[in-house]
Amino acid sequence: MFTIFKKTRELEAEISKFLDTIIEASIHFKEGMKYYLQGNIGPFEEKVRIIDKLESQADDLRRSVEENLYLNMLLPEARGDVLALLENSDDVLNAVEETIIECSVEKPECKEELKQEMMQLVEAVVDAVDEMVSTVRDYFTNLSDVPNHITKLKVHEHETDEIGERMRRKIFRRDDLDLCQKMQLRDFVLRLEKIADLAEDVGDRVDIYRIKRLV
Amino acid sequence: MTWIFLSSGFLLGWSLGANNAGNIFGPAVGTRMVKFRTAALIASIFVILGAVISGAGAAHTYGKLGAINAIAGSFTAALSAALTVFWMTKFGLPVSTTQAIVGAIIGWDIFSGNLIDTTTLSKILSTWVASPIISGIISFVFYIALRHYLGRVKIHILEMDLYTRIGLILVAAFGAYSLGANNIANVMGVFISSNPFRSLDLGIFKLKDIQVLFLAGGVFIAIGIFTYSYRVIKTVGNDIFKLSPIAALIALLSESIVLFIFASQRLERLLISLGLPPIPLVPVSSSQAVVGGVIGVAIAKKGWKMINYRLLIKIVMGWIFTPVSAGVLTFFSLFVMQNVFTQPVYYPKPHVISDEVIEKLSTLGINDPQLTTLEHKVFKSPVALKNVLKEKTGLSSKQILKVIELSEVDSLLIDSTLVDKLLDPYMFTHCQLKSLKKLHGQLFVYKWQLKDRLQKMCKDWQYIGDKLHDRDINEKLDIIFKKFRISEIRKLRSP
Repeated sequence: MFTIFKKTRELEAEISKFLDTIIEASIHFKEGMKYYLQGNIGPFEEKVRIIDKLESQADDLRRSVEENLYLNMLLPEARGDVLALLENSDDVLNAVEETIIECSVEKPECKEELKQEMMQLVEAVVDAVDEMVSTVRDYFTNLSDVPNHITKLKVHEHETDEIGERMRRKIFRRDDLDLCQKMQLRDFVLRLEKIADLAEDVGDRVDIYRIKRLV
Repeated sequence: MTWIFLSSGFLLGWSLGANNAGNIFGPAVGTRMVKFRTAALIASIFVILGAVISGAGAAHTYGKLGAINAIAGSFTAALSAALTVFWMTKFGLPVSTTQAIVGAIIGWDIFSGNLIDTTTLSKILSTWVASPIISGIISFVFYIALRHYLGRVKIHILEMDLYTRIGLILVAAFGAYSLGANNIANVMGVFISSNPFRSLDLGIFKLKDIQVLFLAGGVFIAIGIFTYSYRVIKTVGNDIFKLSPIAALIALLSESIVLFIFASQRLERLLISLGLPPIPLVPVSSSQAVVGGVIGVAIAKKGWKMINYRLLIKIVMGWIFTPVSAGVLTFFSLFVMQNVFTQPVYYPKPHVISDEVIEKLSTLGINDPQLTTLEHKVFKSPVALKNVLKEKTGLSSKQILKVIELSEVDSLLIDSTLVDKLLDPYMFTHCQLKSLKKLHGQLFVYKWQLKDRLQKMCKDWQYIGDKLHDRDINEKLDIIFKKFRISEIRKLRSP
């Protein structure tokens, strides 16, 4: 009996650590993007490396949790939901990683006038990711707070959509950029918007799973 | 031969295990929270424990409704009940062993000319109605309380899962214990008066003859759980399987509590000692109790509109159709058993109003000039005497019952050399045993004569107006009446 309690606690800690990893990655992402926009390429590349490492750590944690859930026959009712949540949250982290790696590879040129809005977009995306993590965390421990987080998450996602659209309009109205530069920047903005979309999808799923879990 | 006659009881036990295990651990296994083998093992152990330790309370009530005194009669009644359950299940009608066996006992009462104890019958019928309602109320309250509690505390989903799992296992154990305690009477109740088993000394503890009978029945319930309940759980599909594990846990807990309160002699004693009205100890239907539990949860969850009136009508129909069909089937089967297979399905209880009876009745204030005209006539059954008393005397029905009780002919022979052998010395006081031994060699034609003599000789036999104490005395007297019946004494004396 004691080992079951111990196993449960270990698994809880793993899930929590997985979510912490996403939060950690999102903080590094924000700082990395700040360095990039400031032109501090050295520290930026350092952040890229850290996020890459965190992403693979999160993968390991997720696999371990999934394996444990199946091996120990835990959560027979909600197991599918929990696995889907972990995988979809991991997709968000993957999108964060891919975005910053793509930035490191392509080094898109961001004009001075666009930098402030770009940073606003990054912050809104990071807020959405953070809120998504809170939503998922509360799905596990505190169902009654889930709706609040989902509302906040939706606000942040909407914010990214608005900033993103505004930026894309501005980008294509500019005369000092080639079409290929405009398209590169547009892709980058869309990538950022996509992260918030994925986070919102996770929130939508949690909303359904929450209803299923109400006793 | 005895084993052949007991087989119908074992069949009932097997069917109870196969059909009702779902009401104990169905959701636990159905939701894959607990492995079938684990659940079945726990349920089997506890069902046997419940039957042996606490089975007597509810079984006693059936004895009052009709003490089937010939084993061929018990066999026929149990078989008829089993067939009724089988057929009604086949036609998709909701059926419970409890209702079938009560019908069967009444069928025997009518066939053998015994009086139907209407007080006991109404007690049984009212618990049928009460049990799903009580179960519903308990589950409603538990559900609301639990939801409120879970809304306040922050429990991790994994811990919740673990607690639910532990809860389902505990409820399976408690449910199985309660099912064994409450429902063993359905399986073995009709065999109590014709019980072929003797008490068993296992060294550490001793099992009374009735407990050995219940042990045998419990083993067959366990066999039913292991051999067939998985298939029933997988195929029958039940309302409880649509619930979440926690809601199912509450429904099952309510069912188990209901089975327990209608079987627990301790609880009864506690209520009496507190001066509260006791809960009657009556076998109830576990399926109906669980339906009550499910409805309670559903109402707590979604309000009154959740009540399925068609299901309720079906349950009420079950209360009527099942006992009636089982009763009719028993009546005709007894006829066949008696006349085609020439087996005694009951031993007649002759009644004779003698001088002693008339004298005793007058001390109780029951006087009727017509009673003397009936003196020394032999009435073959209580019903025959009742009809004559009704026709010829002006006695009230309560007085008629007293006349019937006092004029029942028995033949009790006290043999002091057998007292220590037949009676458990821990059960009787020294004074009680001594007074019995003093009556060595005396023959009593009426039970009350022996009782009166004993009460005069030793105050430990006297009633004091305390319900528990007086019932205890009656139970002890019943044991003596059974053990010192002349037919039993002869069996022991002949090599």
